[in-house]
Amino acid sequence: MNLRRVYLSLQTLARTYLRNRVGLFFALIFPVILILLFGAIFSNSGPTTTTLDVQNLDHHSPQSQNFTALLNETGVLSLTFVSPSVGNLSAYLAGQGGTPGIVIPAGFQANLSQDRPVRIVVYTNPTDGSQSGIVEGAVQGAINGLNLEKAGGRPYVFLVGLNVGSTVYTYIDYLIPGLIGFSILTSPMFSVVNIASEYKKDKIFRQLSLTPLTRGEWLVSAILWFIVLTAISAFLMIAIGQGLFHAHVGFTWLLLPFLVIGPALFVSLGLLAGSTAKDPESAAVVGNLITFPMMFLAGTFFPVSEFPSWLAAVAHVLPLYYVIDGMNNALLYGNVAASLEDLLVVTVLTAIFFLAAIRAFRWREK
Amino acid sequence: MPGENVVEIRGLVKTYGALRAVDGIDLTVQRGEVFSFLGPNGAGKTTTVEILEGLREPTEGTVRVLGLDPRTDSARLIRRTGVIPQDFRFFDKITPREAIEFYAGLFGHPKDPDTLLHQVALEEKAQDRYENLSGGQKQKLGLALALVNDPEVIFLDEPTTGLDPQARRAIWEVVRSLRARGTTVFLTTHYLEEAQVLSDRVAIIQHGRLIALGTPESIIQRYGRPEVLQLEGPPALAEYLRRSLSLPVRTEGNQVEVEISRKEDVLTVLTAVQASGIPWERVSTTRDTLEDVFIRLVGRMEDGEGGTGPGTLPGVEGP
Repeated sequence: MNLRRVYLSLQTLARTYLRNRVGLFFALIFPVILILLFGAIFSNSGPTTTTLDVQNLDHHSPQSQNFTALLNETGVLSLTFVSPSVGNLSAYLAGQGGTPGIVIPAGFQANLSQDRPVRIVVYTNPTDGSQSGIVEGAVQGAINGLNLEKAGGRPYVFLVGLNVGSTVYTYIDYLIPGLIGFSILTSPMFSVVNIASEYKKDKIFRQLSLTPLTRGEWLVSAILWFIVLTAISAFLMIAIGQGLFHAHVGFTWLLLPFLVIGPALFVSLGLLAGSTAKDPESAAVVGNLITFPMMFLAGTFFPVSEFPSWLAAVAHVLPLYYVIDGMNNALLYGNVAASLEDLLVVTVLTAIFFLAAIRAFRWREK
Repeated sequence: MPGENVVEIRGLVKTYGALRAVDGIDLTVQRGEVFSFLGPNGAGKTTTVEILEGLREPTEGTVRVLGLDPRTDSARLIRRTGVIPQDFRFFDKITPREAIEFYAGLFGHPKDPDTLLHQVALEEKAQDRYENLSGGQKQKLGLALALVNDPEVIFLDEPTTGLDPQARRAIWEVVRSLRARGTTVFLTTHYLEEAQVLSDRVAIIQHGRLIALGTPESIIQRYGRPEVLQLEGPPALAEYLRRSLSLPVRTEGNQVEVEISRKEDVLTVLTAVQASGIPWERVSTTRDTLEDVFIRLVGRMEDGEGGTGPGTLPGVEGP
């Protein structure tokens, strides 16, 4: 391994890459667009409040006002009152884009005082499961409070809600390791697969084989280049997350091994796919077959813990899962042991793919 | 060391399944020679050159370049040889200057890019990306890269195929300058004129076998038809010459052709023409070019006359 030749190969690769706008877009700009987009969409989620439209058909009654006060006390709802003159609340909510709402029926207080059961109708949007859960839980809590009061009891057990980890994390904090993982996966996969098959077809590898540069030196230079790209991308993700979306995650030393071994893993995998494919067209297909499921299922955009169990099982066989899980453990939970465990899995996989790539990757055809 | 064998091929055979791409070739190339490998497409030229470059393994026979086995001594050999593969391609986004610096660095051979760019007449395009170069300019870059390590022998596999005449001539100039500096050049081409103009010796290959080997001159002499004196005149002139000369006379329209074997014959013919008193015009002599010979030799092989191996054809010099 001659470091000067590795450097020269790295320089040529960097020039090729920096002068190719498409590659650069996918490596650096695209993840930035994603964090801006997802950050903007989800920056209101987390421990902030959910808007709830309340149509009080028994307004002015002290009992119904007591109930809305209990709803307010849950702290997770921000109430908006809808005039009874609006009519059917369901139709109104649908017109609002399916926001959640409740109807306090007419005669609410009168029925309660005569010990007759009262029905409070909750409208939720079935396409937004987490929001529905929040609304139903909060309304149920307020109803329980009201029932307890009516029965003349007082509460003994209290709930204290805290977030996992020491800081209050929001979606953006989960998104940052996910998108760093996205970069670790896509920038090598979208380019090395292509390079490996194109350079084979154009006989550029064969051309290089007639120089003192070795296959190992070339592969190391490619890995180094994607480590550089990944490091830039990680820096951008953390800077934008903190600067624009008040993310809490920041750099920790445990991030470093993932930023080095992650690219090595996917450069090797990309080279393996590109070298074994017959031509650039089939290489692109193979590359996409590997990349796309991993892009969505490895915990990039959504936590794997929210997946149904069979899908979570699929996620656990994806190499990227361990990269992202390891970074989550390092950045979010401060769980060094779990992170090192993930790192071990990633390292073993990298070693396997690296050796397989070296075996499959030929400068020259037989 | 003039006279030293730079390339030695002994009993070379390369088969791909049932196809014998190279079918028993013996030849040597000496230091400082420009040697051309001529043949139609698919004759086995590239296979042979790629075996010499170490890119392919021979099925049978031995090959030595600078005394080294290209397969096992590849690492040593690539430092002393230069190669332009057929259809040379390079990184699209890299400029010729950067490419030369890259190669010079890989070989650890400090080489001034400007000198090389000048040598291949590519100075004006030094800063243009490879993807924006013309076919000829790309080929010149390939030549420059092959020269980065000051090779003792350079292999050029169809370096001018598909180039316009001007670009072709520019490549020829570089080959001539290499020859002047004593670099051995092994060239494959299917342009006969190129081989004739550039080469010290040529080998003609057909179906993986050598069918002629020698200097262009000796091949033309051996396989070419005799020189012909042509002039325009009526059939009566041809008739007159047939009667007064002991040389073969042919006619074609108003063309009269007389075969000549010695230069004195020219004077004899012209004297007879003058003596005939018959009007005539436009005298010229023609002789076969390497191309004429090549087409006849290759055509004869295709027609099945003498396809039994190089040994059966007269004039193939021994290895």
